[in-house]
Amino acid sequence: MARELLEGNLAMAEAAVRAGLEAYFGYPITPQTEILEWLSHRMPELGRAFLQAESEVAAVNMVYGAACTGARVMSSSSSPGVSLMMEGLSYIAGTEIPAVLIDVVRGGPGLGNIAPSQGDYNQIVHGGGHGDYHPIVLAPASVQEAIDLVVMAFDLAEKYRTITIVMADGSIGQMMEPAELPPMRPIKTDRPDWAVDGSPDRDRRFLSSIYINPEEEEVCNYRLMETWNRIQENEIRFREYYLDDAEIVVVGFGTAGRIALSAVRSARAEGIPVGLLRPITLSPFPAAQVSELAKTAQTILVVEMNAGQMLADVQLHSSGRVPVEFYGRMGGMVPFPDEILAEIQRVARGPVVPNGDPRRAWMKRFKPGRN
Amino acid sequence: MATALTSQVVYERPESLADTPTTYCPGCTHGVAHRLVAEVLDEMNLRESAIGVAPVGCSVFAYNFFNVDFVQAAHGRAPAMATGIKRVLPDRTVFTYQGDGDLASIGMSEIMHVGMRGENITVIFINNAIYGMTGGQMAPTTLPGQKTSSSPNGRDVEQTGYPARMAEVLSTLDGSGYVVRRSLHDPKNIRLAKKAIRMAFKTLQRGRGFSMVELLSTCPTNWGFTPTQALEWLVEHMIPAYPLGDYKVNPALAGLKL
Repeated sequence: MARELLEGNLAMAEAAVRAGLEAYFGYPITPQTEILEWLSHRMPELGRAFLQAESEVAAVNMVYGAACTGARVMSSSSSPGVSLMMEGLSYIAGTEIPAVLIDVVRGGPGLGNIAPSQGDYNQIVHGGGHGDYHPIVLAPASVQEAIDLVVMAFDLAEKYRTITIVMADGSIGQMMEPAELPPMRPIKTDRPDWAVDGSPDRDRRFLSSIYINPEEEEVCNYRLMETWNRIQENEIRFREYYLDDAEIVVVGFGTAGRIALSAVRSARAEGIPVGLLRPITLSPFPAAQVSELAKTAQTILVVEMNAGQMLADVQLHSSGRVPVEFYGRMGGMVPFPDEILAEIQRVARGPVVPNGDPRRAWMKRFKPGRN
Repeated sequence: MATALTSQVVYERPESLADTPTTYCPGCTHGVAHRLVAEVLDEMNLRESAIGVAPVGCSVFAYNFFNVDFVQAAHGRAPAMATGIKRVLPDRTVFTYQGDGDLASIGMSEIMHVGMRGENITVIFINNAIYGMTGGQMAPTTLPGQKTSSSPNGRDVEQTGYPARMAEVLSTLDGSGYVVRRSLHDPKNIRLAKKAIRMAFKTLQRGRGFSMVELLSTCPTNWGFTPTQALEWLVEHMIPAYPLGDYKVNPALAGLKL
C-alpha cells in the first residue's frame, strides 16, 4: 500500500474496515463525525452492517448486542457522547466480550467545545462506568499511529475479551498527513465458543453481566482482575525519545506528546539534556518505565491537554523520588512547542517547587485563555 | 388376554422452555407469557434460530427459563441490543421480553426507534402497571389513582402525569408491522394472546417490520391481592384503560393463516 494524504478520522474508519469490522453503530458528534460518514457508505458497499443510532446510549448497546454474537464491532464518539456510553461500556466489561471504541476527545466539561483536548483521560482510563474493570486505552500521536492502533485494538479486544478504546483527540481526527493503510483482511469466519448467535445443534448459550449471588460476582471480579494483570504484563506500549542521558524527562501522550517532542528537540539543540516518554497504552500505564526514570532523572515534566489527569499516575509511579512538574492547556487549547520549550528551560534552571503540588504551582504561573 | 393401554401426551414442557423453576411469585402471569412464547417458538420450529434479549426487571432472569440463546440487556436497552444482534445476524429470530418500566419509562427512546426503523424484531411487552422487581413502585403504566409504594395516596395525574398506552403509540409508526394488545386473565384470552405472539413471529419471519404484543398482566404481590383478585382487578381496571385489540396490522399479514 502506498502512502496517501489521509485525514485522521477517515483513516481510522478505513483501518477498522480493513481490520475486518463487521458492524458499526454510532451517532454524529464533532469532531469524529467523519468516521460515521465514511462508514455509512463503506460498510454497506461491502455488505456489512452500518447503523446511525438514535443516541450514544443506543449505539453502545447495539455494539453490546452485536459483540455478543462474536462479530467484530465498534462505535466511535467524542467526549460528551462517550460519557453517555459509560453504562454500556460497564455492561460490556462485565459480560467479558470484546468491543472497540474510538473516542476523539474534545474540550469540556459539559458541552464544552469541539477543539482538541485530552480531558477524557480520567473518564476512560480510571473510570466512567461502574464497577471494577479496566479497558485497554491506546493513544495515537499521528494519523499513521491512529491507523495502526485501530487495527491493533480489535486484536487486543478479542485476545482478552475486553473493551479497547482508541483515545485520539480532535487534532488527530481532523488533521491530514501522509499515512499508509493496511491491506484488507478477510472477515473472520470462525465464531468463539461463547458467541450467542442462534446456531443450531448445540446447547443454548447466554451472555450477561448479572451475577446475583455476590460470591459469583466476586469470582467474576477476580477473573477480570486476572485478565487485567495479564494485560499489564504483556501489553504496555510506549515510545522513548532521547532518554539515554536525559536529566529532564518530559511525559506526554497523543498530541501533547507529539508537540512536546518538538520542544524536546529544540531544547536538545540548546544543549539541555531532556528526553520524552510518550505512553501509547494509557491503560495499562507504563508504570515500570516511569518508576525507572524516576531513579535516574532529576525532574519529570508532565505535559497534557487537560488539568493534569495523567499527572496523578506519573506522581504515583515516580513515588516521590523525583520532583514532578506539570504544564497543561485546557478546554480545547493546544500548546505551542514554544510554551513547552519555555517550561523545559525553566525546569533546567532548577525545579521551582521541588516537593510542592505541581498542579498548584503550574496554576500560579499560568495565564488561562491566551494564544 | 391383556388389553393394550394407549396413552396420549396432552401436556408437556415445550422444548423452548428450560427445565428450571422460575423465580416468579405465585399467581404472576410471567410464567404464562413465557410458556406461550416457548410454545410458539416450538410450533414454528424457531427454537434453534432464536436469540432472546432479557430486560431489567422481574424477567431479568428470563435467560434461565428459556431453552434458547439469550443475552441480558441494560435497563431499557433491550431493543438497541436486539438491533445490534439482528443487524449482524439478519436471519435469526431476535426477540426482546420487557416489562413496562423497562420499555415505557427508561427505554422509551429505544423502543420508539426500533419501531421507527421497522426493525425486524419481536417485542413481548408485559404491562402490569407497576415496578415488580424493586417492590411495587409507580410505573409509566400505573393507572390514575392506583396506589403503589411510590404513589402511596394513589397516582396523582396532576403531579405525575398520565399512563402511556404503548400499543397505541407504537401503532402510529410506519415501521411497525404488527402491534396488538392482549390480556392473560383467562384461558380464552390466553389463547388469543398465543395467536398474537404467533402472528408477531410471522411478521418477523416475513420481514414486515417491528412487531409487539403487549400483554396485560398481573402482579398479585405488589398489587396486594390474591392471584384471583388480581385477575379480577385486571379485568375491571386495566382493560378499560388499556383496550384490547389490533392497533397495527400490516396489510400483507391480514388474512394470514396461522
